[in-house]
Amino acid sequence: MAEITLVEAVTQALAHELQADPTVLVYGQDIGVNGGVFRATDGLQQRFGAKRVLDTPLAENMIGGIAVGMAAMGLRPVAEFQFMGFIYPGLDHILSHAARFRNRTRGRLSCPIVYRAPYGGGIHAPEHHSESTEAMFAHIPGLRVVVPSSPARAYGLLLAAIRDPDPVVFLEPKRIYRAVRQEVPDSGEALPLDRCFILREGTDVTLIAWGASLKETLQAADKLAEEGIEAEVIDPATLKPLDIHAIIDSLEKTHRCVVVHEAARFCGLGAEVVAQINDYAFDLLEAPVQRVTGYDTVMPYYRLENSYLPGVGQIVSAVQETLDYPAGDRR
Amino acid sequence: MHKPRMHLLASFDIARLQYLDEQARPTQELPDFATPDTLQALYRQMALARLVDDRAVKLQRTGQLGTYPSSLGQEAIGVGVGGALEKDDVYCPYYRETGALLERGVEIEEILAIWGGDERGQDFQHAPHDLPLCIPIATQLLHAAGVAFALKYKREQFDEPPRVAVTCAGDGATSRGDFFEAMNLAAVWRLPVVFVVNNNQWAISVPRAAQTASKTIAQKAIAAGMPGLQVDGNDVIAVRAAVADAVARARNGEGPALIEATCYRLCDHTTADDAGRYQPKEEVRAAWQCEPLARLGNYLRGAGLWSDEQEEELQRELAEVLELALQGFAERPADMNTAMFDHLYARLPEALLEQYDQLAGQ
Repeated sequence: MAEITLVEAVTQALAHELQADPTVLVYGQDIGVNGGVFRATDGLQQRFGAKRVLDTPLAENMIGGIAVGMAAMGLRPVAEFQFMGFIYPGLDHILSHAARFRNRTRGRLSCPIVYRAPYGGGIHAPEHHSESTEAMFAHIPGLRVVVPSSPARAYGLLLAAIRDPDPVVFLEPKRIYRAVRQEVPDSGEALPLDRCFILREGTDVTLIAWGASLKETLQAADKLAEEGIEAEVIDPATLKPLDIHAIIDSLEKTHRCVVVHEAARFCGLGAEVVAQINDYAFDLLEAPVQRVTGYDTVMPYYRLENSYLPGVGQIVSAVQETLDYPAGDRR
Repeated sequence: MHKPRMHLLASFDIARLQYLDEQARPTQELPDFATPDTLQALYRQMALARLVDDRAVKLQRTGQLGTYPSSLGQEAIGVGVGGALEKDDVYCPYYRETGALLERGVEIEEILAIWGGDERGQDFQHAPHDLPLCIPIATQLLHAAGVAFALKYKREQFDEPPRVAVTCAGDGATSRGDFFEAMNLAAVWRLPVVFVVNNNQWAISVPRAAQTASKTIAQKAIAAGMPGLQVDGNDVIAVRAAVADAVARARNGEGPALIEATCYRLCDHTTADDAGRYQPKEEVRAAWQCEPLARLGNYLRGAGLWSDEQEEELQRELAEVLELALQGFAERPADMNTAMFDHLYARLPEALLEQYDQLAGQ
């Protein structure tokens, strides 16, 4: 079986659902003939026709809004925003309507929509092409926010997102679109939403990260292992609702935790993870939970983006701090 | 100075449709649907909308209802639009919609429930496909385009019968991107959707002239590549005829249309507003001379199709209908407090169980 990249796994999942479910359709800017600017929809229009794989006029607010009407009539639209930086005009429809329709009609109408968008920095892109604002979406009741971090999870989670009866914001970490290849059978088997994935087992510290940041987080875990420190690495994958209990189960073993995300720190998702650990597992902690995040600055243009993105060294240092707590008195 | 020579690429006309003039005199032969029965039914529905509005405002004033947007003076638009659709068509309302909702079969009690702070009012029992009321301005126009896409898609993919989406917005909504984006997409994709603008001259306190420099709102359709028509929105026959024609075209695969219906908002924006602060008194007085209920009523009386006795009988009947609905509304218990969780997702996520239990235990 051929090995495929994360972006190819997205294409494979879309094709599977277009084939399996005639109510599924895919639309967005440049996603038809061109196959999307990252080729996530490559070949889909040729295969499924221009009535199910549609290029739209250039208006992100429209892309966000028409999905609501389509879904309310029983279709399952998968809408692509070209970059997360351009999703904001569509936000009105995502949060004011898609996330609320089921509730405000008391279940009469619902919005099984997937809003896809490539997100995150690290690909030397122009301004507005590199932000990570997943926490904004995670704040909105009624939405799911899902971030895959490998080809297999991109395939399985996207299948689950398309089949889910509620709206999902599916954020694709474009820095690792082509970073690794994996065998991903086109089995049609979805992975569970609302569940963490444990990517590496360990007993000394729990590292929590999602999307592209897992690359550095897993590298940091390797490095720590060389020093005899066994890190458990957890990928929440569904950022909302958050499977906090899997994280607490891990803390039962490790008693230490570091959260890593490339989004800005203030009100980032790391803050929510820390708050929930305080709610449910404060007594388990041997040290304060550390956050390794982007700075509370505007995402810099690409010449400085590597200074902004959390690196392996920062993650290793944060782990050391939790192990050294209280400072200088290693227990 | 030399003036460069240019040649004409395109030119456009904007037409206005009216059947009954300001004195309720027919300006032309009435359309086929305008039988005595239909006209009396339209009159009844406009009278009912006015009665519901009047009572809803009084309920708000006495603390029995939340903020309410009256449709006073705009009944011909709601009733004219609502009556032009088939049952299986999909109406995508904004919020000043009492007349249209009544035409679509939405219960008075449901309308009162919505403005009485109860989501269950949006679970339209007799209009199960219609979208709920829409508060954020103009957003429903894009939903209507999406609905129309779905109806077209289901016709083409699953051989379903042709259905049409119809949506309405105020004149203020035409300044928003959603208005242009929805019309643009609808025309490019040739969607079966009809956009109606209730041009009541006021977006809260901002008059039509401060909203757009266009001579008409109807002409905004031209740029999108679809027909645009202005109708006398105080003439329910004209509204009904124009919308029915556009709906028929859309059903026949001929694409979308924009209809601007002009009238005057003879009420506050909502019960939280005071139009006396900005509407010129003279203008309001003049607008009352054109209002739609009297227009049709005067025509019917002139044609020998309506009498004082019929009016009394109608008012008696409508009062009964209203009282029954008011009783239902007054006796309606509040929803379970946990209902705020019950319909948030199809299935309550585990992460919310604790909050659910916390609320349920209150």
